Amino acid sequence: MSNYVESLGQFWGPLLVLGQIALFTLVLLLSIAFLLLLDRKVWAAVMMRKGPNVVGPFGLMQSFADFGKFLLKEIVIPAGANKTVFLIAPILTCTLAFAAWAAIPVAPGTASGTSWVISNLNVGVLYLFAISSLGVYGIIMGGWASNSKYPFLGALRSAAQMVSYEVSIGFVIVTVILLVGSMNLTDIVNAQEGGIWTWHAFSFQHFPLIIVMFPMFIIFFVSALAETNRPPFDLPEAESELVAGYQVEYGSTPYLLFMLGEYLNIVLMCALMTILFLGGWHGPFALGEEFVRDHPFVNAFAGLFWFMFKILFLFIMFAMVKAIVPRYRYDQLMRLGWKIFLPTSLVAVLIVSGYVAYLGVQS
Amino acid sequence: MAVFAFYLIAAVVLVSALAVIMARNPVHSVLWLILAFFSSAGLLVLIGAEFLAMLLVVVYVGAVAVLFLFVVMMLDVDFVELKRGTLRYWPFAVLVGIIFAAEIVLASVIGTADLASNFDASPGADTNAEAIGQVMYTQYLLLFQMAGVILLVAMVGAIVLTLRHRPETKRQNIAKQTSRRRSDAYELKDPTPGQGI
Repeated sequence: MSNYVESLGQFWGPLLVLGQIALFTLVLLLSIAFLLLLDRKVWAAVMMRKGPNVVGPFGLMQSFADFGKFLLKEIVIPAGANKTVFLIAPILTCTLAFAAWAAIPVAPGTASGTSWVISNLNVGVLYLFAISSLGVYGIIMGGWASNSKYPFLGALRSAAQMVSYEVSIGFVIVTVILLVGSMNLTDIVNAQEGGIWTWHAFSFQHFPLIIVMFPMFIIFFVSALAETNRPPFDLPEAESELVAGYQVEYGSTPYLLFMLGEYLNIVLMCALMTILFLGGWHGPFALGEEFVRDHPFVNAFAGLFWFMFKILFLFIMFAMVKAIVPRYRYDQLMRLGWKIFLPTSLVAVLIVSGYVAYLGVQS
Repeated sequence: MAVFAFYLIAAVVLVSALAVIMARNPVHSVLWLILAFFSSAGLLVLIGAEFLAMLLVVVYVGAVAVLFLFVVMMLDVDFVELKRGTLRYWPFAVLVGIIFAAEIVLASVIGTADLASNFDASPGADTNAEAIGQVMYTQYLLLFQMAGVILLVAMVGAIVLTLRHRPETKRQNIAKQTSRRRSDAYELKDPTPGQGI
């Protein structure tokens, strides 16, 4: 893709990238609107409620009604708040959540080894990791700037939680990077070509490693729940203890931005899991090489479909977890992160690097 | 394009670095520092060292600066009081400033005048990460491992300094908690009316 962009020259190249960014943003915003509704619907279904069903058919327009309401409300800033930081915090959360999507490859390109992605970074995984590690600032700034007890406690909790689980997420990512030998997300997806058994969650091409990689997938899923402050790890906003955590003083558009950022991060984590463990855009059965060569566009759109399908599947899992699992206690959360996930993933890194060094097929 | 980006990012770095020491509120100082780190990562991307840039963001912005922010937010230090004391040390500050300025001038005069144009961020490899890995794990292996051991020592030291055994603290035994069954928790009695247990 990037070669093509460069071939367009000084003017049309950047314009094309801008167009891609606008398209991504639009699609993401629209999908978030419906994913939010899906989240609430799944939650309601588990509790045998109907969920939002008033606005539009089946309540499909609910998110848009909420959106309008958030926009039209007055922005209330507490008197003792640090005004600038208070307003920058939600903007930062939202911006970072969008920025991460620049490196996500969503479908195979028409030439082999390429993909549909805004920026095909060589350090794509690290970029996503860096951006998600910045996400904590939105929360900690918002909590501090509110100048109030509950938001501050929520922010501190959340910061400690996110920093803790980032460590195990980092090690899980390292196992995948070791297997592929590249940090480029497109390469990582292409390494999982050839049907459901070659996805990293199952990794039959590295046969005995399924014992390591499948637990790694589970660990990544649980850590992603903690990283995005989702139930059962939503302690930063545990309403029985902290009212709403760092969001207590927020309302109107700033709150909307926080929520948007939160959901974008959830979808991002789903996309990351899809890319790292579930084969990205590859379907559960391999398309023949000839077919791919003869019908590149069919292949691309099939890839796009599978990618979105997998993200949707993982998102429904996220929603189900929210409905089914009761909230953890804070000490249990920390114990899980530091005493169980961290040692497990560390041992996994050792095993995988041993495998790659002594048994691996690749150089 | 790249030159324009360089001047833009460099300006942000300088302004935010200046704001770190000018800001009255220490939390604002840390936030400016984070912006300075982040923009420096942008400069590294511009010279092609993308791996270093990401590491800078992950390590310094994502971890170290969070700890800074934690400490500064939690500490109840009167910074006005602290600043009054620091005025006594201005000769040192001036000395350090002069040394820094002299070094920068010397480096730009003696060193390669045009760093950006003949700089190779990944010599002898495809990517920056590979180039770093190839020298770090071969040529500088000993230094690399020594750095690791020093960090470990620092960590152990910090734990030793702060760890106190307090016998009165109640600790939780998770295995005991999860292995608890209904029969351990309560027993059913069937008292006759008027008698009690």
